[in-house]
Amino acid sequence: MLDKYSRLDKVIKVHGRQPGQLIRILHQAQEIFGYLSPEVQAYLAAKLNIPLAEIAGVVSFYSLFNSEPRGKYTISVCLGTACYVKGSQEIFQALKNELDLDDDDTTPDGLFTLRSTRCMGACGLAPVVAINDDIYGQVKAGDVAGILSRYQAKELADDHEYQRPAEHPATAPPPH
Amino acid sequence: MPADKLIFDPVSPVSQEDEAPHPVARKKVRFWIDGREVVAEEGISVLEAAHRVGIEIPSLCYLKNINEIGACRVCLVEIEGARNLQAACVYPVSAGLKVRTSTPRVLRARRTVVELLLSDHHRECTNCIRNLNCELQHLADTLGIRNIRFTGETSNYPIFNKNPFIVRDYNKCIKCRRCEAICSKVQEVHVYSAQNRGFDTVIAPAFMKDLAEVACITCGQCVIACPTASLVEKECIDEVWQALADPDKYVVVQTAPSIQVTLGEVFGLPVGTVVTGKLVASLRRLGFDRVFATDFTADLTIMEEAHELLERLDGRGGPLPLLSSCSPGWIKFCEHFYPEFIPNLSTCKSPHEMFGAITKTYFAQKEGLDPKKIVVVAVMPCTAKKFEASRPEMGSGDWKDVDFVLTTRELARMIRQAGLNFRQLPDEEYDTPLGIASGAGTIFGATGGVVEAAVRTAYAITHGREMGVIDFEEFRGISGVKEAWVELKGRRIKVAIAHGTGNARKVLDRMKAGEQFDYVEIMACPGGCVGGGGQPIFGSRDHKEISLDYRHNRADALYRIDYSRRIRLSHENPAVQKIYAEFLGAPLSETANKLLHTHYTPRGPLPGYAVNPVQ
Repeated sequence: MLDKYSRLDKVIKVHGRQPGQLIRILHQAQEIFGYLSPEVQAYLAAKLNIPLAEIAGVVSFYSLFNSEPRGKYTISVCLGTACYVKGSQEIFQALKNELDLDDDDTTPDGLFTLRSTRCMGACGLAPVVAINDDIYGQVKAGDVAGILSRYQAKELADDHEYQRPAEHPATAPPPH
Repeated sequence: MPADKLIFDPVSPVSQEDEAPHPVARKKVRFWIDGREVVAEEGISVLEAAHRVGIEIPSLCYLKNINEIGACRVCLVEIEGARNLQAACVYPVSAGLKVRTSTPRVLRARRTVVELLLSDHHRECTNCIRNLNCELQHLADTLGIRNIRFTGETSNYPIFNKNPFIVRDYNKCIKCRRCEAICSKVQEVHVYSAQNRGFDTVIAPAFMKDLAEVACITCGQCVIACPTASLVEKECIDEVWQALADPDKYVVVQTAPSIQVTLGEVFGLPVGTVVTGKLVASLRRLGFDRVFATDFTADLTIMEEAHELLERLDGRGGPLPLLSSCSPGWIKFCEHFYPEFIPNLSTCKSPHEMFGAITKTYFAQKEGLDPKKIVVVAVMPCTAKKFEASRPEMGSGDWKDVDFVLTTRELARMIRQAGLNFRQLPDEEYDTPLGIASGAGTIFGATGGVVEAAVRTAYAITHGREMGVIDFEEFRGISGVKEAWVELKGRRIKVAIAHGTGNARKVLDRMKAGEQFDYVEIMACPGGCVGGGGQPIFGSRDHKEISLDYRHNRADALYRIDYSRRIRLSHENPAVQKIYAEFLGAPLSETANKLLHTHYTPRGPLPGYAVNPVQ
């Protein structure tokens, strides 16, 4: 964890002095930590001298930022106009049923997070489902179980249980 | 050269901070509002220009110079040549502009906007604390809203009422962001920001925490700014009624200096009316056993603080500058954001806490009362004093110094509940001995008053009593930061006065950069206590400007009281002299230290997080 904070410090060193770089820094912080916990947001508030309420406001405004731990695989179902008219709502419902999840929830084993998204810019493939960086086009509700099983099988093959990120990560290092 | 010519030497310029936002005189332009020709400076808002010619364009989110964001869309007007209706609060006037403020299209649009706001506003007007005093309600009335056409999802948040000072009801929030603007731009505390998105947007602390869990200074300026009852003080009226009805309790009330110049406003008297006598009479009729004045312990504060200042000038008892400590909002601000200056804070409790401590010791002994049966109620212009009274260090192990803090507004409600016709009450006098006060104690309620009172006494102590009273005009007024040199103990000491914590930051940052001051007064609220977060709010009055004007008028009234007093120096207050002779000994004595002084807690700007420097 300390290592992650020192990586964040490097990001702050590069961008922290320029105004208007908050979103870029948040983005990189999320890459480092996987999600933006309140503790990480407070750390940035202290280092960037930006009010915490403002940082939390930005994080909660943009759907690309997560303030809670994510599963190993994030399943994004496009509910943008093109996908929607092609029936993505049914795919979304099928995934909800299959995984027993609500929107923006994560399975107890930490494998999958399900979320609805706006247009991904792949309307030609509508309806579109993305699992991390894998894009599935022209998906039907009936395909859902099969797609999921690939990832579940992969996990079994890897033969080790995926460690879900802790709810409350180790605390930030003391201020320098 | 006579000494009084030497004593005062204002630093020039007295204030750099309060210049008008547009110092360069702007070109005047000619334009038309509702067919009337108007001439005004180019670039001022249509709303402001209309106001000047007697046309009130309704608005909710607009606060002059503080919140000009065009968010609520209530102030829509028609501009000739523009396709869409425009928000008057952010539309600048220019030559030839033709504005229509009350066409059917405008009125229809405004009604729609307000109906939409009302459709997601928890409308429990009859049992709302702001009933008949709510800007949204007033607006609905002004616009003639007769039905609300929109129904749909409504907000359903729990009410945040666990802290002892401010209650937040997000279900009544109209997202005008005035709380955020005053907290961030005026107070520079930055508690609030917009969280989440779309319908789920709330104006809230990070992660929707309670105000008690974040670096909130509890000043209550957001309560004053809120147009609805989304932010209100935590009431303790019922507890006070209970105590008054309890035959076992001896209920003592104290009133802060500023209450006597603001309470009358609630009962229709002009801003700046002095109602001391009616205030006392009303409290007697509510059933308080003794009616005393916090002005008395303000005098006591001055005795302690002036001696503390003289000690520190002698190089004993702590670092310079000495920072005043009678504004609990400022204290919490210091603890959160400038903990390095905690050693500079005067150790004096604020006057109302001193009052509680004295009442439950000195007064209890004198009257043969059991201190545990005494209930001390403080009528304060302040929400921060509700927080202060809850600090564990404010009391002995057996009792709290102050049991209940009522704001000016709460007292007004009690007076109404009791059916008293305030304006017809006779003028009565405070009880003795804790109701005897000097003019110096009274001016505590205005920015600069503490420094003026302390310097009067410190000056008299060092120069002898024959000096008489000196009026330090330059300590007065509403400049954000006031500075002066004062001759004391054979040296020139530099004094600074700041009100509003945003202005406090300016002085504190200069101190951090190495600038030397000797004595600094800081009041959390703009204008000092006369502008406190517990003072009257007027939802039906033109509230577009949380203006310093009415604070100024209230302050003037305090100075009028000071001028009218026979005793204008704290140390000449006979009750103060007596309490030192009979009980406390001398200023800064052991008893005084135990009862009248306190200590502070570094809190840091990010309480609850590992990164907080004092965690």
